Amino acid sequence: MNGSAGAAVEVDGLTKRFGTITAVDDLSFSVQPGEIFGLVGPDGAGKTTAMRMFASVMRPDAGSIVIDGIDVLAHPEKTKRHVSYMPQRFGLYEDLTVEENIRFYADLFEVPRKLWEARAQSMLVASDMTQFRQRLAGQLSGGMKQKLGLTCSLVHTPRVLLLDEPTTGVDPLSRREFWQILYSLRAEGVAMLISTAYLDEAERCDRLALLNRGTMMYCDTPAGLKSRMPGAMLEVASPEPRKVREVALALEGVQGVLLVGSGVHVNVDDGGRRSPQLAQALAGAGVQATHIEEVAPTIEDLFVALLEQNSEA
Amino acid sequence: MKLRRVKAIAVKESLQIVRDPRSLMIALLIPLMQMFMLGYGINLDIKHIPLCTYDREMSQQSLGLLKRFEASRYFTLRKTAQDYAELTRDIDDSSCTIAIVIPAGFSQGLNDAGTGTVQALIDGTDSNTANIAANYARAVISGFSGDLQLQAIQRRGGTVQTLTPVDVQARVWFNENLESRNYIIPGIVALVMAIVGAQLTSLTIAREWERGTMELLVSTPVKPLELMLGKLLPYFAIGMLDAAICLALAVFWFDVPFRGTLATLLFTTSLFLIVVLCIGYYVSVSIRSQVGASQVALLLTMLPTILLSGFAFPIDQMPVFVQGITYLVSGRYYVTILKSVFLKGAGAVELAVPILCLALYAVALVVLAARSFRKTLD
Ligand SMILES: Nc1ncnc2c1ncn2[C@@H]1O[C@H](COP(=O)(O)OP(=O)(O)O)[C@@H](O)[C@H]1O
Ligand SMILES: [Mg+2]
Repeated sequence: MNGSAGAAVEVDGLTKRFGTITAVDDLSFSVQPGEIFGLVGPDGAGKTTAMRMFASVMRPDAGSIVIDGIDVLAHPEKTKRHVSYMPQRFGLYEDLTVEENIRFYADLFEVPRKLWEARAQSMLVASDMTQFRQRLAGQLSGGMKQKLGLTCSLVHTPRVLLLDEPTTGVDPLSRREFWQILYSLRAEGVAMLISTAYLDEAERCDRLALLNRGTMMYCDTPAGLKSRMPGAMLEVASPEPRKVREVALALEGVQGVLLVGSGVHVNVDDGGRRSPQLAQALAGAGVQATHIEEVAPTIEDLFVALLEQNSEA
Repeated sequence: MKLRRVKAIAVKESLQIVRDPRSLMIALLIPLMQMFMLGYGINLDIKHIPLCTYDREMSQQSLGLLKRFEASRYFTLRKTAQDYAELTRDIDDSSCTIAIVIPAGFSQGLNDAGTGTVQALIDGTDSNTANIAANYARAVISGFSGDLQLQAIQRRGGTVQTLTPVDVQARVWFNENLESRNYIIPGIVALVMAIVGAQLTSLTIAREWERGTMELLVSTPVKPLELMLGKLLPYFAIGMLDAAICLALAVFWFDVPFRGTLATLLFTTSLFLIVVLCIGYYVSVSIRSQVGASQVALLLTMLPTILLSGFAFPIDQMPVFVQGITYLVSGRYYVTILKSVFLKGAGAVELAVPILCLALYAVALVVLAARSFRKTLD
């Protein structure tokens, strides 16, 4: 995928070190216009550091970033007009109202008044916030703050949008609205880089990069990644999930066990063969289990499995 | 540079100032308090110097001279000694600073030769006070001899003149009553402005770092110069308001004579304000914490202004090396300007040199402050 013509973002060999730790290690990928590209990884994986370098607020130690054909390292200020960055930590002014914040960013990006007013209005309607125009940003809920952040970063119609964990701490309804806006931006041809700790959200991305300790381990579409899932996934519904895990982990052919909302996910090498063995073992240990069935793996399953596979290798 | 961005930053900063009434109150009350505290606290006037007299003649003339010492508000008579031993004891135990001894042949000499000698013994432990005491004593004696001459001429039947033939009395110009307050208060105005000005801006960049708003700000196309101008504008307005408060207090409360023009005063005050605002801004950029920046800004402005601006300690009495350093202290120029504008009524032409120095200083600091800001988190 690297070096494709017309890419909105091209990253090559990007590296950043802090003292002895390498926060981002030789990262390479490219993002097309109208693509939502997800950076997924546990805390400390290097997502924020990577985002900061894309936003050219931090200089890499090695590698290159090209946005819209412009070398970001050579011209850090030139790309800023066409890029919007939403930091992980809320970056707006809490002692300014919703409207004042929007206006401030519109002014900084020199958006003509008519244009930003129309855009802000439609954004506020889309995120159901019109009645909060005069409210101080500090008095908004977590979800509304993030929607305001998105509104501010969109007043100047950026070509590339960088979102660092935008939906962390956001209620499900606001999250849905948030993603609706991202989808409409995708239709407009905006390239989006979004980091997330929510793995279910990762499935909404067009492509994903799995990061761990600064290294990109996999980069593929969600479906492509799932096809790399080794073995099969068995879902066990049980009132005693911890006991299920204990029993499952002792069993032959089990590669990983994950507690999920709906029960326990057991990653096995062969679904057909291991399913009855697991049922038998649970019954033998006196652990209740309503049913066991083979399911499609979620990104979370995948991530855990891939991480495990990677650390064994 | 885009004016729209400068304005956006200035508006944003002003809104934040207005919405934080506590800090706004501090910005306006601190100078008021400092003016009162320092204005009353620092008084370099030496009055009521304890005096001891020893009159070995007890003539009409010797008593007349000692009366003048008693009447002077510079001296307070503590004791009339009967012999030298008593006198030296009083000087030794510091119960008096100066002793005046009138020798036995005092009036004889005056009448015969036309001159008399008086001995003054001064405690030189504090050379400054000793100097001043000696000068005051000289002034009192000059007044006495002036009157004697006048009387002598009149007695000889000479033309009656209302003018003293020779006025040997030292006249202190521009500050006729030798009120130290008159030259201290303009210095205090400079000190308060230096402290408050740098404090105002010392928080502005550090606050953005602490609140996490800087990360977003540096990702926008805003230029460092736009950011600086936008941020300094509202504080310049507050600073000028503070200056107005301080200067009004100096004139209307502390009764310091104001002989200059308002235009010179406002122009030079703006220059000095730009200097101290830039110092605060520079510190705020360099130290990304509000508490740290505020303390460093306080040290950077208060110490040099107190010690090296000539506000309380005369520069020409400093060692040559230290005198050289004072040229690096912006307060030095402003103190000079303020004292001259207040007491001498000096205008921009007479003050061309210090004004030029202050202007150069302001330009240099604007450049330094504007360049110090880097749009990066590294
Ligand atoms: N400014 C910094 N100074 C030193 N170390 C840092 C800094 N920023 C991040 N790190 C380190 O780099 C690694 C990656 O951090 P980060 O990019 O914040 O990861 P993520 O956003 O995925 O949680 C972590 O080990 C973190 O401690
Ligand atoms: Mg992060």
